[in-house]
Amino acid sequence: MNLRVKATVAAGALIASAGGAWADCGIESGSVRILSNDFPALSAVNTRAAECASGTVEVTANQTTEHRNIQVPALSANPATYTVAVIATSSIVPLLSDDLVRPLDGYIEKWGDQLLDSQKIVIDGKTMAIAFMANAQHLYYREDVLAEHGIEVPQTYDELFAAAEKLQQAGWEYPLSSNFMPGWNLAAEFINLYLGTGNRFFEPGSANLAIDNEDGLAVLETMKKMTEYMSPDYITYDSNAQTPIWEAGEVALSIAWGSRAGNYIGADAPDRAIADSTAFAAAPTLGDSTTPTAALWWDGFTIAKNISDEDAEASFRAMMHGIAPEVLEGNMDKAVWLIDGFVPTRAADGVMANLKGKAKPYPMLPYIGLLHVALGDNLSEYLQGNESAEQALADVKAAYTTAATEAGFLN
Amino acid sequence: MPHKTFLAFIWPSLLAMILFIALPIVSVGYQSLFIEHEQILIESETCGPFGCDTEVSVDAAAMAELREAQPAGRFTGLGTYTNASHLAFDEIGEIFATSENFGEIRNRIMNLPFYKALIFTLAYTFIVTPLVIILGFAIALVVNSIPRLLKGPVIFFSLLPMLVTPLVGSLVLYWMIDSRGIIGAALQALFSDPTLSLKASPTLTWITLFVYGVWHSAPFAFVVFYAGLQTVPQDTLESAMVDGASRWERVRFVIVPYLMPLATFIALMQLMDNFRVFEPIIGFSAAASATSLSYLIYNDLRASESPLFGSAAATSLLTILGVIILLLPVLRRNWREFNRKT
Repeated sequence: MNLRVKATVAAGALIASAGGAWADCGIESGSVRILSNDFPALSAVNTRAAECASGTVEVTANQTTEHRNIQVPALSANPATYTVAVIATSSIVPLLSDDLVRPLDGYIEKWGDQLLDSQKIVIDGKTMAIAFMANAQHLYYREDVLAEHGIEVPQTYDELFAAAEKLQQAGWEYPLSSNFMPGWNLAAEFINLYLGTGNRFFEPGSANLAIDNEDGLAVLETMKKMTEYMSPDYITYDSNAQTPIWEAGEVALSIAWGSRAGNYIGADAPDRAIADSTAFAAAPTLGDSTTPTAALWWDGFTIAKNISDEDAEASFRAMMHGIAPEVLEGNMDKAVWLIDGFVPTRAADGVMANLKGKAKPYPMLPYIGLLHVALGDNLSEYLQGNESAEQALADVKAAYTTAATEAGFLN
Repeated sequence: MPHKTFLAFIWPSLLAMILFIALPIVSVGYQSLFIEHEQILIESETCGPFGCDTEVSVDAAAMAELREAQPAGRFTGLGTYTNASHLAFDEIGEIFATSENFGEIRNRIMNLPFYKALIFTLAYTFIVTPLVIILGFAIALVVNSIPRLLKGPVIFFSLLPMLVTPLVGSLVLYWMIDSRGIIGAALQALFSDPTLSLKASPTLTWITLFVYGVWHSAPFAFVVFYAGLQTVPQDTLESAMVDGASRWERVRFVIVPYLMPLATFIALMQLMDNFRVFEPIIGFSAAASATSLSYLIYNDLRASESPLFGSAAATSLLTILGVIILLLPVLRRNWREFNRKT
C-alpha cells in the first residue's frame, strides 16, 4: 500500500517534471537484462527501459557491437544470461533456429496497446519480436555540388555514373564512395543491388543458390563500375572510414547507412557548410527495375525463452516503457522509428524514400548468413580485376555450398 | 637429474598442459569429424514492418530432438578436411584434369580459399623469419658497440615495436600508409603516381604485411642476440684479433657460430608465430589480398551469426599439422645436438 502511494507520488512528480530519471512502469519484481548493439538510438531505448529499475526490479544493459556473437551462447544458458536480446533482421534468425526466444502474444495482449501492427514480427501466426526502428542504405549527395554542375539527383545507377563522370571531369578525383570493405560490408552492397533487381537468391523452397544468372553478373558489373569513381583505397572502406572522407568534402556522392545520416548533418559535424548541403535520397535503381537497390532492415527486441515467467514479464514491460512514444522526444533524428507518433526528420529522408519506393526487406532466411559470408569473401578479386565476374560468382557458389552443407542446409 | 625428481617438478605443468592444451586439441579433432544435422525446414508466413512473405525457417523443435539424440552432429569422417573450403581434393583433381598448362593450374589452385591462405601464410613465414633474424642480429651488433651512455635509450626504442600490441601497431602503420597518411602520401609524391595505394594492390599489401611483420618481431630477435653477445668469450675474440682477423671476420667466424643455438631458438619461435599470422590482416584490413590459416579459422567462427565449428576445427588441426611439419627439421637438429652432448 505504502509502495503504491509512493509510486503515485512519483508518477505525479514525473508528469510534473516531464521526464525524470525514475519512472514507475508498474512492474512488481523481476530482473531485466538487455543485450543490444551499440548505437545512439538503442542507447535511448535502453536508458528509458532502465528507468523501470526499482528496489525490486533490476535493469541492466550490455551494449556491445559484439552482441550477435554472444547472443546464442548467452541465451542458450538456462537461465539465460540476458532476458532481452535486441536484434535486427539477420541476427534474429539464429535465435529462432535454436528456439531461444519466446512468443510475445500473451504479453502484447496485456501490455502492448501502444504497438502498431507493423511493429510485430509475426512468424507462423506467433509474434516473436517487436520492431521499433528501420534502417537501410541509400544515396547521400551534396546538394550544392550537384547544383553547381547542373546535375539532377541520380535516381538510377546510370544517372549516378553519369553524375560521377561529370564530376570527375570537373576535377573531383574520386566523387563516389561506398562500403566496399571485403567481408560483411561488401556482401551487403551486393545484396542491396541484387534485391533491387527483383531476382531471388535461392531456388524456391530450397537452400540452393540461384545468383549465378544475368542479374548477378549485372550487379557485379555495376559494383565494378562504381570502383572507377572511388578512391583506390575503396577496398578498405566501411562506415567509419567513409565518414571522415565525406566530412572532408572529398566525396559528393555516397551509398551509406541511414543510421549514420544523423551524424553527417548533426550539430557535431565538423564542417557546417558540408553538413548543411548534405542531402539524402533513395538508393538508385538498377536497369529497368524501379525498386531501390537497398535491403530494408528493422531493429527490434526479443524475450529469451530460458528465463522465469516473472523475468520475462518484467522484461517485456520494461521494453514497452523503453519504446513508448515518449522515447521519440529528443531522439527523433536518431533513427527511422517505427513507433507510433514518429515524424520523419531530414536525416530520415533516404530511408523513407526507400520505403516509399518499395525496397525489399533483407531476406530472413536461415541460410542467408552463410551466403553473406561467402559473398564477403569472394568478390574483391573480381573488383580488383584479378578474375572474371563468372569466376567470382562460381567462387561464391562453391564457398556457400560447402558452408551450407556443413550447416546441414544442403546435402 | 633423476627421473623421479624431474617428474616431481614437471607434473603440475604437465597436468596443466594436458588439461588446457592436449584435451582441447583432442576435442577440436573430434569436432572436426562432424557436421550439423540435416536442417528440417518449414515454410511459414512471416510478417514485419515491410509486409508479409512466405519464408523458410528451421523447425526448431524437430532440430532439438535430433540434437538430443546426437549432440555432436552428423559424422562425416574426414569429409570436412577434403571439402572445397579445405584441402579440396575433388577440385584439385578437376583442375589437373581440365587445365591446359602449369600457369592455369597454379592460378586455379591459388583461387581455392585454403590454398590461397596457405600460400600467403608460407610466404609470410619464410620471408619474415630470416629477415627478423638478420635484422635482429644487426641491431644487436650495433647496440653492442655504441657507448654505454646511449645504450639504455637505444635499447628502449628498439624494443618499442614489440611492446606495442600487434593490433595497435598494425593500425598505426595502417593509417600512415593511407593515401592521406604520411607514408602513403610521401610514396605518391615520390613516384609521382596519385593512384598508388598500398592498400589496393595485392602485391603492395603483401609487402606491407611483411614489413610490418619484420618491424614487429625484430626486437625479439634483437633482445635474444644482445643477451647472447654479452656472453661471447672475450679471450677467443682477442686471440682472433691477435691472429689479424678483421671486424667482419670476427663476426663471421667467432660470434655467428657462437650464437648459432640462439638463432635456432629464434627461428623456432618465429616459425611458430609467423605461421599463425593473424592480427596484421585484421589491423590492415588486408583480407581482400591476403588471408592466412588463422584468418580462415576466425572467419569461420565470427563472420556468420551461426559459426561453422567443424570447418574451423579442421583448419585448426591442419594448422597444427603445418606447424609440426615446419618445426621438424629444427627439432631434429636440436635432438641430434642433444644426443651428441650426452
